[in-house]
Amino acid sequence: MKLKLKIWRQENREAKGNMISYDVEGISEHMSFLEMLDLLNERLITKGERVIEFDHDCREGICGACGMMINGRAHGPLSGTTTCQLHMRSFKDGETLYIEPFRAAAFPVLRDLKIDRTAFDHVIQSGGYVSASTGQAPESNSILIPHDITEAAFDAAACIGCGACVATCKNSSAALFTSAKISHLVLLPQGKTESADRVIQMVNQMDEEGFGHCSNTDACEVECPQEISTLHIGRMNYEYNKALLLRK
Amino acid sequence: MKQTTLIYKLIMALTGLFLCFFLIIHLLGNLQLLSPPELAREQFNWYSHLLSGNIVIKIISYVLYLSIIAHAVYALIITRVNAKAQGSKYIYDKRSEVSSWNSRNMGILGTIILIFLIIHFKDYWYIYKFGNLPLDADGNKDLYTIVITSFQQAWYVILYELSFIALGFHLLHGFFSAARTLGLYHLRYAQAIRIVGWIYSLAITLGFMLIPIYIYFNLNS
Ligand code: HEM
Ligand code: SF4
Ligand code: FES
Repeated sequence: MKLKLKIWRQENREAKGNMISYDVEGISEHMSFLEMLDLLNERLITKGERVIEFDHDCREGICGACGMMINGRAHGPLSGTTTCQLHMRSFKDGETLYIEPFRAAAFPVLRDLKIDRTAFDHVIQSGGYVSASTGQAPESNSILIPHDITEAAFDAAACIGCGACVATCKNSSAALFTSAKISHLVLLPQGKTESADRVIQMVNQMDEEGFGHCSNTDACEVECPQEISTLHIGRMNYEYNKALLLRK
Repeated sequence: MKQTTLIYKLIMALTGLFLCFFLIIHLLGNLQLLSPPELAREQFNWYSHLLSGNIVIKIISYVLYLSIIAHAVYALIITRVNAKAQGSKYIYDKRSEVSSWNSRNMGILGTIILIFLIIHFKDYWYIYKFGNLPLDADGNKDLYTIVITSFQQAWYVILYELSFIALGFHLLHGFFSAARTLGLYHLRYAQAIRIVGWIYSLAITLGFMLIPIYIYFNLNS
């Protein structure tokens, strides 16, 4: 395959970036999208140019590092897929691809396709935990949880923090991410006790980090590689409203 | 309590739902215009008079004015927050492929509704309250004639029809969205609300759209 790539190049956080064109030949359709970028980078190294920097870690769709905008869509044209799980067979020979970083005021671009997702960490630190005095791990059957509840909690916990929901949202809202964390904890007995404080703190933090509000367009659910349901946003709102009314 | 955008959204959902409720009452009242002309004149004028004198209706009308203002003010506030939340623009943007147009453009639809409301208030509400209206046979202000006369103008009918279409799309997303904002997360009921939202939006929109068209084509004097 032969492709024309237009890739966002930006020197650092402060610099102004722009799109640079690259013609890449000899791409196999079996390559993953990241392998295709590796191929381009090898060629750039031989030519003595600075490589295109992008985040990646697991390359098996579970770490959430590899987020980027491909042809105007988060993680590319497929729904429910990370960039590392996207393969070149999804594109046509001779096509032009536009590759950009995820953009949001809360996700500053560090360099090229790499962004700073620390804002997500701050949201988690503000309440996405269960306070427990540590010690021996408790006997696993001492708290009985029905199977469907553990499954529902696990579905929410499957969020990999990739940021696609923010990137695809017209408001750059982190509602899907935050609600996944809230749902996952509130469904389980260990997480329930702190649910009121948690939801208030995490929603406050979401605003503080500069994310927008949720307009319920449901775009995030389509692009989320873990297919986290927007019903979790409903649950977050429920928990928030309940906390507003009942919290002491 | 810290003011978050979620609280703003909550106010928008509550005021929006109150407006949704009001639209039902308003439409039912207006459907009287479809009765045979002489009966309609008597009924509609009597009904309008009834509304203007009643204390309960007075309270509801103040809640209504307040709701419209609060809804629009918070719409403006969250729109500004959103503008700030966005990073630099995407060079190549196809994000619109994964969501509906009306869900992304509630602000534009709302602005059309707001402009419509200003015209609507000026032409009927203001005239009824402060204008010099002729009286009908029962001694009630003859709003009926004002309404029928205004819908003899084609451009006025078109203005109304276009505004109702904007309202319809606003409702279609708004009804569902408000349920989500209020915290509906149960799959079965969330699906039910989508269907109820569709039925509600269609009924309200088509109901309001019918009246000017009926008057224009059937009561052409
Ligand atoms: C009869 C008139 C109206 C009705 C029945 C109505 C109803 C609603 C409802 C139910 C919502 C959903 C709230 C939520 O998502 O929680 C909504 C959202 C919205 N409304 Fe209205 N509305 C009306 C007029 C207006 C006007 C006059 C404006 C603007 C000036 C406006 C602007 C908006 C905006 C921007 C949103 C979306 C908020 C978001 O991004 O989530 N609406 N409306
Ligand atoms: S909710 Fe989905 S899209 Fe958002 S950060 Fe988590 S995995 Fe990524
Ligand atoms: S590199 Fe880990 S999810 Fe793509």
